[in-house]
Amino acid sequence: MAEPIIQIVNLEKRFTGKNTDIFALQGINLTVNKGDIYGIIGQSGAGKSTLVRCINMLERPTGGQVLFNGRDMCLLKGAELRQAQRSMGMIFQQFNLLMQRTAEENVCFPLELAGVKQAAARERARELLELVGLSERRNAYPSQLSGGQKQRVAIARALATNPAVLLCDEATSALDPATTESILALIKDINERLGITAVIITHEMSVIEKICNHVAIINHGRIAETGPVREVFFHPRTEAARLLVIPEALQNMPHERLYRLIFNGRSSFEPVISNLVLACGAPVNIMFADTRDIGGTAFGQMVLQLPADAEARRRVIEYANDRGLMLEEMRHV
Amino acid sequence: MFDQQTVMMLLEGVVDTLYMTLVSTFFSYVFGMVMGVALVIWRKGGIRPCPVLYSVLDVVVNLTRSFPFLILMIAVIPFTRFLVGTTIGNNATVVPLVLAAAPFVARLIESSLLEVDAGVVEAAQSMGASTWQIIFKVLLPEATPSLINGSAIAATTILGYSAMSGAVGGGGLGKLAIMYGYNRYQTDIMFATVVLLIVIVQIFQSIGNWATKRSDKRIR
Repeated sequence: MAEPIIQIVNLEKRFTGKNTDIFALQGINLTVNKGDIYGIIGQSGAGKSTLVRCINMLERPTGGQVLFNGRDMCLLKGAELRQAQRSMGMIFQQFNLLMQRTAEENVCFPLELAGVKQAAARERARELLELVGLSERRNAYPSQLSGGQKQRVAIARALATNPAVLLCDEATSALDPATTESILALIKDINERLGITAVIITHEMSVIEKICNHVAIINHGRIAETGPVREVFFHPRTEAARLLVIPEALQNMPHERLYRLIFNGRSSFEPVISNLVLACGAPVNIMFADTRDIGGTAFGQMVLQLPADAEARRRVIEYANDRGLMLEEMRHV
Repeated sequence: MFDQQTVMMLLEGVVDTLYMTLVSTFFSYVFGMVMGVALVIWRKGGIRPCPVLYSVLDVVVNLTRSFPFLILMIAVIPFTRFLVGTTIGNNATVVPLVLAAAPFVARLIESSLLEVDAGVVEAAQSMGASTWQIIFKVLLPEATPSLINGSAIAATTILGYSAMSGAVGGGGLGKLAIMYGYNRYQTDIMFATVVLLIVIVQIFQSIGNWATKRSDKRIR
């Protein structure tokens, strides 16, 4: 049974403007379970960074609750709040390392804040730099490190106080694709080995697909859709989800009779489309195809335009259903 | 060029000037640091926003800074007498110098601290840092190179003020320049004091540049 670690209940964040108030977040409800890698995705300006800052109280919500292990973070103050914040590590897009401290001193920083003795802090820092694969660079200053190395130091720093949760705010958005891969792999590794729950904020679906098991789609300050990543990928229910799952190139195409076909690993040995065309005696137009790696399994998706003839279309859909192919109409792209 | 007596007098002037400048710089930093930090943390969006106190301090700093130094010096004579017991000499000059320089130093410190990346402060907050910890472990250490650079600027400015104080009872090179150069038309002595002042400024600035560079871990 999954045990919730973060529960967000009816969260609201309102910024008071000169004339009107702006709701950055409204009616947010979501539950992150222990051990999850929970992705929160949205366009820029959707409120995802505000949301993650409301989890560790960098931003004070104006309404609702943020329950962390059952305790409402919004009610905590002073030392109690700081204590709770130490149970949540956070990493950032711009790394936010202390530029005048070495890698090792950066990792020591949260320990100093927590009042850990210097020798013990140094030892812990070395362990953590070892964990993120940066032992030999421990005396380097951030300006001497590459982007990926800086993010590794930031991860080590975030883990220093043994947090239960790692909050990642666009942690890979400033990195190149190969470095992104390695940082995501590191986060996954930390999640598996140390059992640390991760909350990942991103605007890239590929990040979600690669490591998250659960996803929430946020749009205009509200949660549009939540669910297991595969579920959302296979059956996006909302406009916002579809925009993320289906590539931009398709969004300007004529969208009559468009159907989305999803291949899982099993069907890839079979010439699915050829068989479908032959069996139904009706041509289909392939509008788009790609392959995505979701949680380590390759999934293909293809967008087909089915024949105009209603009878032929019915045959195609029937054939697909019989063969267990996931074919669903895209009512609106 | 000069007889021994004049040389001794100039040397004494140098010592007096250095004494006034360094003591005043020190006390200006004691007060300016507090004000500068307060200006940064109390401002809107600071780590301890407090608009009322911020506005008050902001106005006080601006007011003091708009006083021409010579006038400020005369205006605070009663205060100086109360504090030091006299209004002439090196120690008496330190009082108006600190009064004039502390707000200036506060602005220098404010601008140095504002250069610290807000993201780094946010990261510290996410780790549960208290306000004091952010000041002493993030803001001041991260701004160190800029603060050192600012201190060289402050010291040179205070040096300039100290020379001005020669007109109304202060000591040092300023006094010599006015007494011999202006009142007695001894242009050579005035010229010598100017050269000495230039040399001192150069030394301050060089030390400042060297220390800034040495302390900064960002440029490699």
